[in-house]
Amino acid sequence: MAGTKNHDYHILEPDIWPLIGSISALTFTTGMVFYMNEMANAHLVLGLGIAGLIATFFSWFANIVREAEGGDHTPVVQLHMRYGMILFIASEVMFFVGWFWSWFDFSLFPQPIEIIDGQTISMFGESGAAAITQFPHKGIEVLDAFDLPLLNTLILLCSGTTVTWAHHSLIHGDREGLKKGLWATILLGLVFTAVQAYEYDHAPFAFGGNPYSSAFYMATGFHGFHVLVGTIFLIVCLFRTYKGHFTPRQHFGFEAAAWYWHFVDVVWLFLFVAIYVWGGWGAPVYAG
Amino acid sequence: MATTAETLPIPEGQSADHGHDADHKPGFFARWFMSTNHKDIGTLYLIFAIFAGIIGGAISGIMRMELAAPGIQYLGWWVDFMGGEASFDANLHMWNVLITAHGLIMVFFMVMPAMIGGFGNWFVPLMIGAPDMAFPRMNNISFWLTVAGFMSLMFSMFVPGSAAGLGAGTGWTVYAPLSTTYANGPAVDFAIFSLHLAGAGSILGATNFITTIFNMRAPGMTLHKMPLFVWSVLVTAFLLLLALPVLAAAITMLLTDRNFDTTFFDGSRGGDPVLYQHLFWFFGHPEVYIMILPGFGMVSQIVATFSRKPVFGYLGMAYAMVAIGVVGFIVWAHHMYTVGLDVNTKMYFTAATMVIAVPTGVKIFSWIATMWGGSLEFKSPLVWSLGFIFLFTVGGVTGVVLANGGIDDNLHDTYYVVAHFHYVLSMGAVFSLFAGFYYWFPKMSGRMHSEFLSHLHFWTFFVGVNVIFFPQHFLGIQGMPRRYPDYTAAYEYWNQISSMGYMIMAGSMLIFFVNLIYAYTMGKKAADNPWGEGATTLEWTLSSPPPFHQFETLPVIDDNADYHDHRPASA
Repeated sequence: MAGTKNHDYHILEPDIWPLIGSISALTFTTGMVFYMNEMANAHLVLGLGIAGLIATFFSWFANIVREAEGGDHTPVVQLHMRYGMILFIASEVMFFVGWFWSWFDFSLFPQPIEIIDGQTISMFGESGAAAITQFPHKGIEVLDAFDLPLLNTLILLCSGTTVTWAHHSLIHGDREGLKKGLWATILLGLVFTAVQAYEYDHAPFAFGGNPYSSAFYMATGFHGFHVLVGTIFLIVCLFRTYKGHFTPRQHFGFEAAAWYWHFVDVVWLFLFVAIYVWGGWGAPVYAG
Repeated sequence: MATTAETLPIPEGQSADHGHDADHKPGFFARWFMSTNHKDIGTLYLIFAIFAGIIGGAISGIMRMELAAPGIQYLGWWVDFMGGEASFDANLHMWNVLITAHGLIMVFFMVMPAMIGGFGNWFVPLMIGAPDMAFPRMNNISFWLTVAGFMSLMFSMFVPGSAAGLGAGTGWTVYAPLSTTYANGPAVDFAIFSLHLAGAGSILGATNFITTIFNMRAPGMTLHKMPLFVWSVLVTAFLLLLALPVLAAAITMLLTDRNFDTTFFDGSRGGDPVLYQHLFWFFGHPEVYIMILPGFGMVSQIVATFSRKPVFGYLGMAYAMVAIGVVGFIVWAHHMYTVGLDVNTKMYFTAATMVIAVPTGVKIFSWIATMWGGSLEFKSPLVWSLGFIFLFTVGGVTGVVLANGGIDDNLHDTYYVVAHFHYVLSMGAVFSLFAGFYYWFPKMSGRMHSEFLSHLHFWTFFVGVNVIFFPQHFLGIQGMPRRYPDYTAAYEYWNQISSMGYMIMAGSMLIFFVNLIYAYTMGKKAADNPWGEGATTLEWTLSSPPPFHQFETLPVIDDNADYHDHRPASA
């Protein structure tokens, strides 16, 4: 009766981190406003916000891991986590829908602009506008889709197989295979990020200034950020593996990381096809 | 059933000596600032929504006073009050700040927290026979992120927004280029982050609700036996989950356009301001259903309860909400008829929009059919629900008018639109909120409110809001545009009436607060089920207020139980 829990749900004790997390989020956004408007103490406020957010994420997930290891994650609670992760990924998909929407708006309904020496000149409403209405805009040299972007595609596809290798090993009790698979996936993720960074550094068009490079950098940039998050997620899984976490029957933390990694992979495939291949079609290619 | 623990008439402050029973509550700080309890978080949301509603309502009072007569009357005073220097530009900017704050507060910090955060948190677990939400900690950060968003919006009112003064004067839609090229100060950045924070909280909340509803229903409660309020929150949660991230992307583009030299919405450099409107309304239209669907759910429960009949056409009612949710995603450009959409596009969006009238009609007629032949008891929740059905229908009918691309060419951005969406929101959504409040207040507080004061509140509020908003239809048809603090003398008569209506409405709200004070000081103790035979959902099987942790032994829904009666057979 009263006081005895006769169900498998996880009833939690009060916790301070939601409050700290929210205060940190507000501090972070306030710091961003200060930073963007060149106001006083911007870096201090921003730094405090970021530190608070990192502390929140760390403690929060550490608590979840502790509870999982303590046996609080009954089958129904694990099912909650699965639903939660799927729904979170669904919302992430819709976030990228927004960026793809802007990309297709610009590419399918281009405005008459020309980029001359990095300056965007609008011919809107003037004679001769039709001649320069194209996408990518006149004056933009695009990256060769079948150079580094193709390499990155192969890297991510390959990492999708290595994370499955890790998963397979985990299910069959092969801890060494799990470690190798995770190491390989993390390294491939880091290589991907490094290649992206190199490409951003050497791209023939700067950030912003025109719709092409605005949508290009924001879409691929948010993807890059998600790769980073996914890599951290996998690194956490690797740490946990060395600590002896995960069993062949219960390892949702790993599965969530794998799902997230596949999601990031699929977003890249859409970016590769829509932005690098189709989006750059017919435009002059940057020689490097 | 381990559900009828001792009833505490005064829930606050009694934490200590209760041992380890189901009613053991943490201390004050832990209970209210670190909560992982769905009922306490629901209470926090409701208190927050009332607080935000007072601010948003006070702002609309400032607006109605300004509009009571032609000419700029009080705006200069408010500019001075805020520490600025009154001038033509500053006064008009102040107006823009007021309408922006009113809209954002009422949408994101009053209606949504009250409906989904407040009643959703309180009653979804109770109605499905669950001990709590699926993710209790995440539930708490959803609430505190909403508070953080509200604070960011408040910050924005005290920092420069544009050359003309303090605050974000962009309208709740934050359209570019008004929010980009013409708003240099940090205020709009604060307002944008306000939406980011509140939106993140809502997405997490949506995840929580969907998981809870799918995984934590009591044994035997199939989806097709689930109370309609739970159905409504389920559909709402899906709309939140899928619509808000698109808004997040759109307002992130605003941020980078404002601060990092992107040109998403910069028409002078190849960008597309209309793209912002598409992205915004792809979120914004589902958002209007987010604000009304939980109201539909509450009204369904209440009408059935006080008719002592199961709701008419249960499955039709459930799937009508699903249909409204789905179709709600493909009608967004009816908010944009005058941006230069081509005729075929307008035809599509006109037709698709009108399709929504079909499931909405299913709901209206099913509520009426529920009451048909029922033994009606006109308690306050039912009276507010009847008000809802009547006034929401008025707003729905003007919605069908506005759905026509051709007619909207004339009515777009006039007071007709203002009248329309206030009929569906401040009469639809708000009436359902009060209906739900009076329905569940005894359950939440353990005290009965005064039926007399509740009825008085209803009638004065009913008269007040109708006097405010019905004349705005006339003003709109006469051509008075939205979002201006001044107008020609031709519009004076109905504006004056409208402002008088505000005074009635404001007085009516005082009755609401008197009623609350009455309930907490003199109100009778509420029985477990104060509403009698018609109240058949699981929350009425618990004490009032329910124990701190309910359903420690899960209730079992009889296989033969009908969709409308979830009480255990032994009760």
